[in-house]
Parts: sequence; structure tokens; C-alpha cells
Amino acid sequence: MNQMTPPTQPDPIQPSAVSVRGLRKRYGALEVLKGIDFDARRGEVVSILGSSGSGKSTLLRCINMLEIPEAGTVTVDGTEIALVAQRGGGRRPADARAMDRMRARIGMVFQDFNLWSHKTVLGNVIEAPTHVQKRPRADCIAEARALLDKVGIADKADQYPARLSGGQQQRAAIARALAMNPTVMLFDEPTSALDPELVGEVLRVIRALAEEGRTMLIVTHEINFARDISDTVVFMNEGVIEESGPPEEVFAPGNNTRLARFIEG
Amino acid sequence: MDFEFLGQTFLKLLPGIPVTLELATVSLLLGACLALVFAVIRVRRIRPLNWLVIGYVYVFRGTPLLVQLFIIYYGLAQFPEIRNSFAWTYLREPYWCALLALVLNTAAYGSEILRGALLSVPRGQIMAAQACGMSGLLLFRRISFPIALRQALPAYGNEFILMIKATSLASLVTLADVTGIAARIIAETYRPVEVFVAAGTIYLTICYGLILLVRLAETRLNPDQRDPAPVARVGAARKEVTP
Repeated sequence: MNQMTPPTQPDPIQPSAVSVRGLRKRYGALEVLKGIDFDARRGEVVSILGSSGSGKSTLLRCINMLEIPEAGTVTVDGTEIALVAQRGGGRRPADARAMDRMRARIGMVFQDFNLWSHKTVLGNVIEAPTHVQKRPRADCIAEARALLDKVGIADKADQYPARLSGGQQQRAAIARALAMNPTVMLFDEPTSALDPELVGEVLRVIRALAEEGRTMLIVTHEINFARDISDTVVFMNEGVIEESGPPEEVFAPGNNTRLARFIEG
Repeated sequence: MDFEFLGQTFLKLLPGIPVTLELATVSLLLGACLALVFAVIRVRRIRPLNWLVIGYVYVFRGTPLLVQLFIIYYGLAQFPEIRNSFAWTYLREPYWCALLALVLNTAAYGSEILRGALLSVPRGQIMAAQACGMSGLLLFRRISFPIALRQALPAYGNEFILMIKATSLASLVTLADVTGIAARIIAETYRPVEVFVAAGTIYLTICYGLILLVRLAETRLNPDQRDPAPVARVGAARKEVTP
């Protein structure tokens, strides 16, 4: 194991898939993340709950550096992405290529799917494996078809995203992320942009992935779903993690916290 | 109208077509390459080049092509530095002066079309590419540019057509394109109506062919927007496809 983990690592015997220390992020005067410490073990399914504006999506985006945090470290699979101060404030990755390599090992599923509109579903799924990982095209196609079958849209392989329903697009986006064989999967509100009747098909796919033992961080508003599939539930409020633990503890009756009030609505 | 004379004139104008087409094709190709470079400079805000491009676009969009052509053709010769440089072998030829004016003019318009198209690429699709480990040239080549191209094509098709017609100005610096030959025939015969009708027909035909080509390219690049029902074909208004 390539161990470059900081001394703050809580449990060196069980190395973290994702480890976040002292993460801070602000947009102008608004501090969105106010010092986040967070770990996800290998194979752990973590749901991140919280009202909108609590910083949960920002936390997810900081993990693959789609947002660059002002302070703190992110370590994925034992590798920390070094950030250096840049002129005019903020930080930037010290080595852009290292950041690209790290991103290639993190699968991300967006709220708005963000499939590439000029490519077919199959084209979307094989794009990064063929051009980032530079694997043989034939292998990638075979693997992509298997993944599309797994998410239940094998028959849509040659369609363009615009012809698909939201649920189908999101499942295609999940297949695209899986095609890179990522060590961690990030889901940023994967069902929030979907019509209610399409939520189920996407949640079923995510649940199947959770049962495979994949490391997954899921930002979601689906509380029952989070309770069912998570090993750990994290509740964020105003840029801090307010509660974190196994769902049976966090959702225990009589747990009269802000989370309980959040669930009550 | 004298149809026999019209037919004769038409035949006399035909040798001008290759000149017109060559001027248009070469200037559009070179202009598009320059336009792409300029558009990227603008979108990425690469300073100080960004400021130069803004100034260049401002000048070339704000002045008539004819004025630009005359400044290049008549104006550059005033500078001994240019007359003594190797560029003079080209710049003393009216053909190269016309080409230079056309290239610089279309590059200015093209860069604005492409800049708008690049800016219209949905941010989410770029983020998705970044999240897969793409960046720099790879991301541009595989994601941003193909999406921008599809956005730009209708507007750029318009620019193609404008450029076909703009080549007619080259006749004013003595080039024997369709309009140049037409002007010569009018000077000999004093019968402008037939001659210009013949010349106009030629431009109309070229432009119509170009419109068909652009439409073909649009359909090929946007297969998802192809009408599934064979009801509305070329010529009919494109139907909005609901997924």
C-alpha cells in the first residue's frame, strides 16, 4: 500500500478510501465549508444529508477538486493532492496531471447527468476509458455494453442523450462513471432532477452498487434510501458536520437533534 | 431583355467561377483557423493577446471590407519597409491583397461566432469531462470544440455565404473573378442589366449549393435532431424533437 496518509489518520489499520482534513471553502464572503474532517473507509457507503446550502455538494466537489478548497487536505486512496497558493488568492493544484490522474480514479455522478450531448450513450461511456486511460477501444466497448446492461439501458447504447428520459440519462451517467473502474464513486444529488416516477430506477442501480461493496459518497435528499443502504450517515448544517454515525444511531428515535427536525421537515 | 446576349455573357463569365470559388474557399479555410485561435484567446483571456484580438475584431468588424481591401492594396505600398521585405513579393499582387483582406475580415467575424459558441458549451458537460480526468487540449478536442462546432454551424454557414459574395469586391483591385469579368463586359457593351443578371445567377447558384452543404453538415453533426418521421424533409421547417 502506498501510504502517504497524514499523521491525523485515525485508524492506520483500516486505510481510508477518502480522508478529508480541515477543509474550508468560501465563495466571496460566504463560508460554505467551515473546517470539515471526514473519512470514508474502503467499501463504505456514506450518505451526506443536509438542507440546501449546508455545503454538502461543495464537500463532494472538493473531493475531486472541481472546487478548490482554501484550506485543508483531501486524500484519496492514500494520495494527497498537493495544493499551492496562487497569485491573487486561493490555491491551485501543484501538479495538474496528478490531479487529472486522481480524478480519473473518482467516479462522479451529477444532479443534471451532464452527459455529452454530441455523443451516443455508448460514446459517452467509452470516451474516458479510450482517451484518458487509453485502453483498447474494443475492450472498452465490450465493457461499456456490459455496464449498460447492468444499469438496464443496453438497448439505448446507440441513442443520443436528448432522446432518453431523465432516469435513463442518469443511469447512462452512472455507467459512464463506472467505466473508469473508480476506487470511489461520488453521487451529487443523483435523483433531485428526476420526475418522482423515475427516481426508483436510479436508486435501484445505486443500491446494487452499494451491495457490491463499492466505496460511495452520496449526497441525497432521499432519507429512507440513505437509511437503508448507508454504513454511515453524515448530517451537515451550515458548513460543518453536525452528526455522523451508523444510520441506526443517527436515526434512533428520541435523537432530538437538528437532524431529527430536518427529517421531520 | 436580349436572351441570346444573356446566354453569351453567361458563358463568358464561367471562367471567373474558379477565381471566385478559390478566393472564397482559401479565405474561409485560413480565416476559420485564425478565428479558432482568436476565439480561444478570447475565451481563455490569454493576456496580452486578448487585448490585441479585441482591438483587431473591433477594427475589422467596424470598417467596410472595401476600405480594408483598398488600405491593403494601395496603402501598404507606401511603406518602404514593406516594399523591401520579402512580403512584397506577395503584397504587390492584387490576388494576395484581396485574399489577405478577405482572410482578416472573415477571421474577425468567425472568431466572434466561435467565441459565442465556445461560451455556450454547457458548464456541466465540461465539469463531467474534468471529473473523468480530462483537461487542456484533450478536453477541448474531444468535448468543448465538437459541442461548440455544432452550436456555431448555422451562424458560420451564414458567414460562408457572406464571404462568397464578398469576393466580388476583389474585382475592384483588378481580379478577373465573376464580377471582374462582368465589369469588363459592361465596359465593352454598355449593357449592365443582362450582364449583372447573369453574374447574379452564378452567385445565386453557388450560394444555394453552399446552403445545401451546410445543411447536410448540420444533419450529419446532429443525428439526434434528425426528424424521425419522413414528413418534413429539406426545405420544411425543422421540427422540435421532444425526447
